[in-house]
Amino acid sequence: MTLLRSILTVTLLLTFFFTLSPAFQSDELLLDDEEFGLEGGRPQTRPSSPNTAATTTTTTTRKRIPDSASDSKIQFTLEHAFGDSDFSEAGNFSARLKTWSHGAQTLTKLRFSRDAFTEDEKNKFQELLKRDDFYRIRLPSNVLSPPGRDYIVSSVKARCLPGDGLEEHFVIHTESVNILAVNYGAPGACPFPRQLKLPAKWSFKSHTLLKNTEQAPRTPIFTEELIGGEGIEGELVQPIERSFWAKYWMYMIPLGLIVMNAVTQAANMPEEQAGGQAGAPPQQGTAVQRGTNSGVRRR
Amino acid sequence: MAMAIRVFLSFLLFLSLTNLASSLYEDQVGLMDWHQQYIGKVKHAVFHTQKTGRKRVLVSTEENVVASLDLRHGEIFWRHVLGTNDVVDGIDIALGKYVITLSSDGSILRAWNLPDGQMVWESSLQGSKESKSILNIPKNLKADKDDLILVFGKGCLHAISGIDGEVLWRKDFASESIEVSHIIQSPEVIYVAGFVGSSKFYVYEVNAKSGELLKNNHVALPFATSGESLSVSGDKFVVLDDVRSKIVTIDINNGNINYNQKQVSDLIKDSSGQAVILPSKLPGLFALKINSQVLLIKVTNEGELVALDQIDNTAAFSNALSISEDQHVFAFVQYEDNKIQLSVKDVNDWNGALLKENLVIDHQRGNIEKIFINNYVRTDRSHGFRALMVMEDHSLLLVQQGEIVWSREDGLASVVDVTTSELPVEKEGVSVAKVEQNLFEWLKGHVLKLKGTLMIASAEEKIAIQKLRLRSSEKSKMTRDHNGFRKLLIVLTRAGKVFALHTGDGRIVWSTTLHALRKSEDCEHPVGLNIYQWQVPHHHALDENPSLLVIGRCGPSVTAPTVISFLDAYTGKELNSLSLAHTVARVIPLPYTDSTEQRLHLIIDVNKHAYLYPRTPEAIEILKREFSNIYWYSVETDNGVIRGHALKSNCIHEIVDEYCFVFRDLWSIVFPSESEKIIATVTRKSNEVVHTQAKVMTDHDVMYKYISKNILFVANAAPKASGEIGTATPEEATLVIYIIDTVTGRILHRMTHHGCQGPVHAVFSENWVVYHYFNLRAHRHEMSVIEVYDQSRADNKDIWKFVLGKHNLTSPISSYYRPEISAKSQSYFFTHSVKAIEVTSTAKGITSKQLLIGTIGDQVLALDKRFLDPRRTLNPSQAEKEEGIIPLTDSLPIISQSYITHSLKVEGLRGIVTVPAKLESTSLVFAYGVDLFFTQIAPSRTYDSLTEDFSYALLLLTIVALVAALFVTYVLSERKDLEEKWR
Repeated sequence: MTLLRSILTVTLLLTFFFTLSPAFQSDELLLDDEEFGLEGGRPQTRPSSPNTAATTTTTTTRKRIPDSASDSKIQFTLEHAFGDSDFSEAGNFSARLKTWSHGAQTLTKLRFSRDAFTEDEKNKFQELLKRDDFYRIRLPSNVLSPPGRDYIVSSVKARCLPGDGLEEHFVIHTESVNILAVNYGAPGACPFPRQLKLPAKWSFKSHTLLKNTEQAPRTPIFTEELIGGEGIEGELVQPIERSFWAKYWMYMIPLGLIVMNAVTQAANMPEEQAGGQAGAPPQQGTAVQRGTNSGVRRR
Repeated sequence: MAMAIRVFLSFLLFLSLTNLASSLYEDQVGLMDWHQQYIGKVKHAVFHTQKTGRKRVLVSTEENVVASLDLRHGEIFWRHVLGTNDVVDGIDIALGKYVITLSSDGSILRAWNLPDGQMVWESSLQGSKESKSILNIPKNLKADKDDLILVFGKGCLHAISGIDGEVLWRKDFASESIEVSHIIQSPEVIYVAGFVGSSKFYVYEVNAKSGELLKNNHVALPFATSGESLSVSGDKFVVLDDVRSKIVTIDINNGNINYNQKQVSDLIKDSSGQAVILPSKLPGLFALKINSQVLLIKVTNEGELVALDQIDNTAAFSNALSISEDQHVFAFVQYEDNKIQLSVKDVNDWNGALLKENLVIDHQRGNIEKIFINNYVRTDRSHGFRALMVMEDHSLLLVQQGEIVWSREDGLASVVDVTTSELPVEKEGVSVAKVEQNLFEWLKGHVLKLKGTLMIASAEEKIAIQKLRLRSSEKSKMTRDHNGFRKLLIVLTRAGKVFALHTGDGRIVWSTTLHALRKSEDCEHPVGLNIYQWQVPHHHALDENPSLLVIGRCGPSVTAPTVISFLDAYTGKELNSLSLAHTVARVIPLPYTDSTEQRLHLIIDVNKHAYLYPRTPEAIEILKREFSNIYWYSVETDNGVIRGHALKSNCIHEIVDEYCFVFRDLWSIVFPSESEKIIATVTRKSNEVVHTQAKVMTDHDVMYKYISKNILFVANAAPKASGEIGTATPEEATLVIYIIDTVTGRILHRMTHHGCQGPVHAVFSENWVVYHYFNLRAHRHEMSVIEVYDQSRADNKDIWKFVLGKHNLTSPISSYYRPEISAKSQSYFFTHSVKAIEVTSTAKGITSKQLLIGTIGDQVLALDKRFLDPRRTLNPSQAEKEEGIIPLTDSLPIISQSYITHSLKVEGLRGIVTVPAKLESTSLVFAYGVDLFFTQIAPSRTYDSLTEDFSYALLLLTIVALVAALFVTYVLSERKDLEEKWR
């Protein structure tokens, strides 16, 4: 008995230890994370923007970093254009480029610092708002050798951006060091028809998100028996499992109707019969009386 | 009560499951569907008429079809469709019983049994170099002797036994760098002749028994040649020099090569145009074409050139036909103001013509492109000739005694684009017979029918009666029907001819060769590109005919000049045609129509200009109103870039053109060229109707479908794995798929399939996309489904929100909303490889959908969309089962009854088109390839109409019987009542 108890305690301890150890590991990784600044936190290494009015909310996709991965910091610029004007610099993205042991590279920990609009740009933007024209941005398609093959262009109707201040939302789709596309726009709604509304504050509130490709779900592979019993046959076997009622309803319903009919008839019958029987004794009487009463009846 | 509901639901489930295997009975084949067989434009023809009961002609076509046609009626005895990559190079008859075809650049030689088309043997010929392929079969009437079949292909000369296809010997010429163009066979020695470079003419002598090289010899010409040499007789060749001013005659008599040259200007006075030697093989003669004239030149035994005749307006020359030991004849066709003259002449006796006939050929068929002749013995024992003509519209005619014996519309084997048109409305008080025919025809029809009923009609009249019956039968009427089953299928063929086919029986209602797409000096290789509905009158405007827009191009390249043409959809009359000053890269039908119901179209050219059609001020007004709401995208497949565009302003040209616009790029997506290559893009059909946006889940939860017209599916494969299946390892292959909003360029969903590769076939409908690809790891084809749901509307579930009007369902949707998307996906194995995928479309979109899959076996399989539901689980709950969710299986079932083509094959299947009928349950399906197939399908059975075999008589009889019974029982009960009262 004591032996059993000791085994139990050992197993309990063991399970405790095993459940604890991954938590411990993840804690370590979090520490590792902290080295680069926590998600959403204000980055310390941010290059000082000329106007600190721009607030940045940075969201990064969290990645587990194995020990073999090395990383380096890279920067690339955001450029913008007002309508059909030329592109000019508008901000800076910085990210960590992780090189994995098997050679693949991924971008993580994206941070963004937005340059505030100059007076000239403010005027241009107001012009865009009036014309309901496009505010366009572009990014290099390769972050290591910008601009890569071509620039990634995205645009939004300028009237979508002004909220309290100016609000924007970037979703950057990456494939190792390449940027495929950027979804750029207001973080929320932009109802049509778009109303002319000047921003209260000329400061940008930027949300950024890095997106990598998803794995497609694997095709389920079943055992041979299941493949053999093809879907349709399986379906057709099912009716056997149906209840008695389901199987014989077509007989039951007419039967039920007949029974119900019979019942109602039976319910009616006693009345009639009662009426008939009630009427019967007087009939016997009338047979006697007929001769006398006939004259009265024929009146 | 709950029990009753459950029973009822399971009953419904049972009913719906039985629907999955909807098919037809054997006697229903041909009631709704029709199937037409074609062969395509004929390239080579060989007649087989000697000593056979059935006279036939063997043809090979540009659709890679080898066929044997009945020479009496033009019907197909047998036919084989070789694959798209298996181009037929030559066809001939060997040993009097085998049809020999050489295909795939001279690497596959096959023998088919002449009477029934069974394959007798097949030889695969090896070679190292791409070269011209030549099939040489000796003309020997003694069938018992084993003749050699000589094939030159892939740089090698092969001698093949005609009996079993065994390669007896082969001689490799790949190292000699010779462009072999002739093989001349004599009993002992084979001569192989051709040019090395452009001026050295080499002749090799090869032992016919062993393939041993006996000797070679060559002559160097002092000038370069045009390269195309023609064999005039066994030992003489003619060729033009590279400036086409001299004719060179090369004589290889007895191993010595001599050459003579003569200026073209010595033979003809006006030699200003470019001379071309026509490739007709005539013994001792050749035809030289200068401008529109053809000069026939005789080559004497000494190698001298003598001009025989000059023929104007010639269309085509046939090869020579030997009718007796020393008599060779050939045919040519001439145009003489509206008439066509067919002449057959003896090669040696120029002055007398064996045959001279005038023909009348419908000018819609265009020019005669090729002619093949055949002889027969007339009743008076003289020689008669029949000619097989290939026309510009790819049709095939057989001409005998100045009349067209039969014709085949083989242009329909190369359908490029399909649209439909409604038929005219039946006018009240006017019988259909009067609309279609005049009084005499009508009377004749009635007399015929009378004869039929009196049983005195002859066999031909019976056929005529049958035809009349068919035409007057309900399904083939020329008027609109209540259910919308009768329509016109308007198809554009590669030759630029437009056909209108009736959906009832598949007959050709009208056909038009577009005037602007006829072959001419400016338009060398006209091709049809697209056909669109141009004007669809509102159903109140009954007196107006709908019209069509046809776009064609003069050549295969995008920069070739383009023509557009407008056609009347009921008559096929060309209303207007324009030769465009700009090119056409893309045509965008806009969702706007003007006051005459003409649809606005934007045509984008290669120089980044957009042109508006129709060119009317009203159209400009409409466009101005919607100017900022027009977006489109372009896919640069080679570059791996997708761009979005919007209109900017009018063009800045010297000449002001207010219908021309420049546009700007709004967004771009650049795929990394080292890891991704665009292999397929699919959008939703612009005219698709979606019935409901909401989808109620089993747990009474509501999901909102993400329904947007501006949505694009893109499939990218790794560049290494974009070739054939088997050329890449699973580690190298990835397939990345994207769902992209084409207004803002947002990537809505992105997913990677590792170890998978194309070819990808996909179909996009409502909020889902289904695509087919190959999984290298599992060594199987797979089909995946992605369903896209809109999360931003997901909280509109509370009924109180609807009552109080606090939902956001009626607010307009803008693409500039940040979408909240959730995508559900699942993959299944699928046995077949696929040629095309389509989805059924119905009038209101209520009926459940079926996927129509064109399989590799050229059949069309209807697969219920429910099999491709991402919510399928291994053990669905009772509630899910009631909803119709099928338990998860790893592969999609192929039920043999669900082939909508039943036992037929749509050979060379290229596309499937679905059109909604007016009846909600029914969808019309048209599949095209070398063959055409049409049928109606009802994915959820015809729940909204009674079936064809519904007995109305029985219904009527029952009603009458019931009424009678009611009356009788009433009378009886009255009588009984009375009796009762009297008692």
